[in-house]
Amino acid sequence: MVRKIQLSHLLDKWVILIFLLMIIFGWFNVYGASYGFHQTNFWSFEYRSGKQLIWIACAFVIGGVILLLDGKYYEQLAYIFYAAVLVLLAITIVVAPNIKGSHSWLVFGPVSFQPAELAKLATALALAKYISHPGFSLSKRQDVWWVFGIILTPFVLIVLQAETGSALVFMAFFLMLYREGLPGILLLIVSILIVLFLIVLPLSEVPIYGNVGSLGFLIALSIIFLIEIGAVVAYERDWKTARYFLLGGILLFGIGLLLQMSYDVLFNQIALILVILSSLYLIFLFIYKRKRAYIWIALFAIGATVVSFSGDYFFDHVLEQHQRTRIEVVLGMKNDPQGVGYNVNQSKIAIGSGGFWGKGFLQGTQTKLKYVPEQDTDFIFCTVGEEHGFVGSLGVLLLYALLLFRLIYIAESHRDTFLRVYTYSIVSIMLFHVLINVGMVLGLTPVIGIPLPFFSYGGSSLWSFTVMLFILLRLDVSQKMRFR
Amino acid sequence: MINDKLQNRKFVIGGLIVLVVFIYAIRLLSLQVFTSSYKVLADDNAFYKRILFPSRGLIYDRYGKLLVYNRPAYDIMVTMKEISNLDTTDFCNTVGITKEWFVQRMNDIKDRHINQGYSPYTPQVFITQVLPDDYARLMEKLFHFPGFTVQRRSVRDYAYDVAAHTLGSIGEVSRTTIENDPYYKPGDYVGISGVEKSYESVLRGEKGVQILLRDSRGRIKGSYDDGKYDQQPVTGKDITLSLDVELQMLGEKLMQGKRGSIVAIEPSTGQILAMVSAPSYDPKLMVGRQRSQLFQQLNTDPERPLLDRSIMGRYPPGSTFKAANALILQQEGITTKDTRVACHGGYFVGHFKVGCHIHPSPLDLEGAIAYSCNTYFCTEFRAMLDSKKFKNIEQSFNAWRKDILTFGFGQKLGIDLPNENSGFIPTTKTYNREHGRRRWTSLNIVSDAIGQGEIIATPLQIANLCALVANRGYWITPHIVRSIEDGNIDPRYLVKHVPPIDKWYYNNVVEGMRQSVIYGTSRIASFGDSIVVCGKTGTSQNPPHKDHSIFMGFAPMNHPKIAIMCIVENSGFGATYAAPIASLMMEFYLTRKISPARQGLETTMENTFLIPNYGSKNSIVAPAR
Ligand SMILES: [Zn+2]
Repeated sequence: MVRKIQLSHLLDKWVILIFLLMIIFGWFNVYGASYGFHQTNFWSFEYRSGKQLIWIACAFVIGGVILLLDGKYYEQLAYIFYAAVLVLLAITIVVAPNIKGSHSWLVFGPVSFQPAELAKLATALALAKYISHPGFSLSKRQDVWWVFGIILTPFVLIVLQAETGSALVFMAFFLMLYREGLPGILLLIVSILIVLFLIVLPLSEVPIYGNVGSLGFLIALSIIFLIEIGAVVAYERDWKTARYFLLGGILLFGIGLLLQMSYDVLFNQIALILVILSSLYLIFLFIYKRKRAYIWIALFAIGATVVSFSGDYFFDHVLEQHQRTRIEVVLGMKNDPQGVGYNVNQSKIAIGSGGFWGKGFLQGTQTKLKYVPEQDTDFIFCTVGEEHGFVGSLGVLLLYALLLFRLIYIAESHRDTFLRVYTYSIVSIMLFHVLINVGMVLGLTPVIGIPLPFFSYGGSSLWSFTVMLFILLRLDVSQKMRFR
Repeated sequence: MINDKLQNRKFVIGGLIVLVVFIYAIRLLSLQVFTSSYKVLADDNAFYKRILFPSRGLIYDRYGKLLVYNRPAYDIMVTMKEISNLDTTDFCNTVGITKEWFVQRMNDIKDRHINQGYSPYTPQVFITQVLPDDYARLMEKLFHFPGFTVQRRSVRDYAYDVAAHTLGSIGEVSRTTIENDPYYKPGDYVGISGVEKSYESVLRGEKGVQILLRDSRGRIKGSYDDGKYDQQPVTGKDITLSLDVELQMLGEKLMQGKRGSIVAIEPSTGQILAMVSAPSYDPKLMVGRQRSQLFQQLNTDPERPLLDRSIMGRYPPGSTFKAANALILQQEGITTKDTRVACHGGYFVGHFKVGCHIHPSPLDLEGAIAYSCNTYFCTEFRAMLDSKKFKNIEQSFNAWRKDILTFGFGQKLGIDLPNENSGFIPTTKTYNREHGRRRWTSLNIVSDAIGQGEIIATPLQIANLCALVANRGYWITPHIVRSIEDGNIDPRYLVKHVPPIDKWYYNNVVEGMRQSVIYGTSRIASFGDSIVVCGKTGTSQNPPHKDHSIFMGFAPMNHPKIAIMCIVENSGFGATYAAPIASLMMEFYLTRKISPARQGLETTMENTFLIPNYGSKNSIVAPAR
């Protein structure tokens, strides 16, 4: 009795409130998305909205059970659980039937279940436990190998199930590792390279005004050149070298403009010459001044340039046609409403037609008439956009932001490493899901089939996120009880 | 220390969350608030506008007899995705098609190059306009063939097998029409000839629309908002023609086996009473599945049954034109009632010769009209052209031409039917080109006096001249539609056109035409003693072929009720065929019967076949219905 009163008293009200709001609003959207014209009995369990009610009820039961268990079990059982899940994943590869090309679902009669969902939780717990060992440090090579191993083993197993989308979620753990001390520069460099890749690909065929070169390469090389200058300024804390660079840049482009009158000058080539000359100068400075920083900056510039060009090469010569078209569509390179981009195009139409206030509950024609594929699972955000408009969509995004901020607050409010690592893992996973899922629906990120937490139809995903969240709540309560 | 430093990274992670929300919010804003095209795209996606076709207006004759009405036709439709366990042999037998045709047709339907709007989920046309017998048989067994349904559409049917040219037909709308008028969509039916074409906007009504919701695979999911935005179709308006269908039937009977035309006008109103063009065809041939094949057959028929000779035929008006010239010559002060000209078998100047037949000589104006004396009109016409009144021949010719145009020659009269021909009245340019500038004399163009030479007129224009004479001074643009349901006919069909000829000059022409019937060339045209008939024969020379026989006339002489023109191609002198046919028409129109004394004449005319080895109407035998 006392325990229960304490529990409900110590539970984080904000998280509970946001969780309930999401579950309820999510159900209404599943209801809206699966609502048909000849459907009269909406409560019938034959329909998805009815089924989702059962999943939600189960989720509450599961959440309750988790709260009643002692928080210390999760830490104690983390490795065993992790190992068990790895075995399960391995078994799944062999046993699972082929469903839409992937072998990731275990089917028990009417119930099917995706072990990959459990793997996220297991990995989060295992990482939390490993990192919370006293003496752990990311500067120790051995620790780094272990951490990478814990992340990559389930990743590889899930890729082997041909569920690349779910596997990619494991990349989210690197955000948690950043909080735990992974050098920020690694994160930054990787992000920059991805951005360069994304700029060059869609724009490499786009000519600069007047047809004087490729816009994509010009932008990419200009960014590299500016980063070079920035890095030099940051290192020298002086504009002396940077001034030469800028002067050289203006001079080269000026000559280019003059020559333009009588010769065909490609401006992206001028930018390339600029990057090469500046890198050579930096190598000269390294030899002359014996300062390592120069060679790093030069190597970054050269590496980034190679990535930019290799992106184009890789795209044209390494990728297979279907992979190419998929990337092309995502990057807006081809306007092809009936082809691969059909899903994204229809989803943009559905969201765009919602307007500011939306069409109203159950009034969305696009989702109701099944123009949007997977409209109650991966594309559930379409229904939000169509029926509840900009207001509803932004509301949902803000709700997620609020939840994640609250979780970060909880993580940082205790001095417990296990709780912090676990919570940041959950934050990273959820952020990744929202980023990819909503981005895909908005036509900004690749079409990767991962669900929107608490919104998408389906038991596996709902339960998995509920379990993650309630374990976190339970750990929070335990911490609060310990320091009372 | 280190831990505290790392703790600051929560701000980086928090900032990342804010950044994601911010970027996505901007994307949402641009999709939902600043782009409006998605709403249109969404509507195009979801709303299926089913067109509700109005029933087309009916067509009646001047006495209220129904001529054209609608009858249902049945198209067999196929929905590919709903076909299951089809017994192809049974189906083909039921519908009356071969298995090869079935396979070919199914492939054509699925081929998006041929059938652009193909969807396996929506009904596609399999066969159009199934015969009623096949339809009845199919309806009994339709439930055996899932995927096949029947769609009702409305086609035209005809109560009489006459007036095909005038009534016209409907057919699938052409690409050009669709491009010019957004009302029409591919597959719509539209008037393509005759009244159906010229009164298309009246007859068609207005299409309605039913807004249905359609899912991503084209399946209909129900009505949108309980049909709140649906529009009911507006039925087309009925029209009443001025045509007398019984007169028309008589006319077509009399003209069977011949080439030519009859145009009968009520002079006081300009309403057309009958309009015959022979050879002709049964309007029912232009309906149904056999249409394109029969059309092709008629189109290649050497006697050109599809040509409406009454408004498109180009003929020299011959001696009927003398009536027009008599009016001008009097008005110009050249000829008076008592002007006499001697004629000895023709008009001779040097080597130039226009023949004339035997008649008393000399003749005055009335006599010259009655006996159709060529010499008289050639002499007087030249007198006008060479008159001292005018500076030169160009001036005198232009004066004549100006007058003749006011009678409606040389231009389209403006009948409410498509494709009217304008005929031709030569200009000074014509002669300058032919003879050299000012190098032509009155003698060069003297055949204009007797309606030969370069002068070309349509039967309608000649009938209109007759109406002008009958009215003694005005004509109203001939038209075929008498009234429109809930509407008015075009006001231009109420305007009297008055040529600049003094009224009493007409009396001399009327008197000449009267005498022509009493003792002149038109004697055969007289019937009964109670009705006074006026007429004028003509022979339209058509070298090297045989002359056309022409007659124009009106009756009764005072307060005329009918003005008529008849031309029978290559049949010789006007009195042979054209005059008797026209007079039978007038008799029937005025008395509603043919007197027993003239029934023999009627039979003779009816049974005269001038086109060798040819059907009564055209080269094809109409299929049994
Ligand atoms: Zn004579």
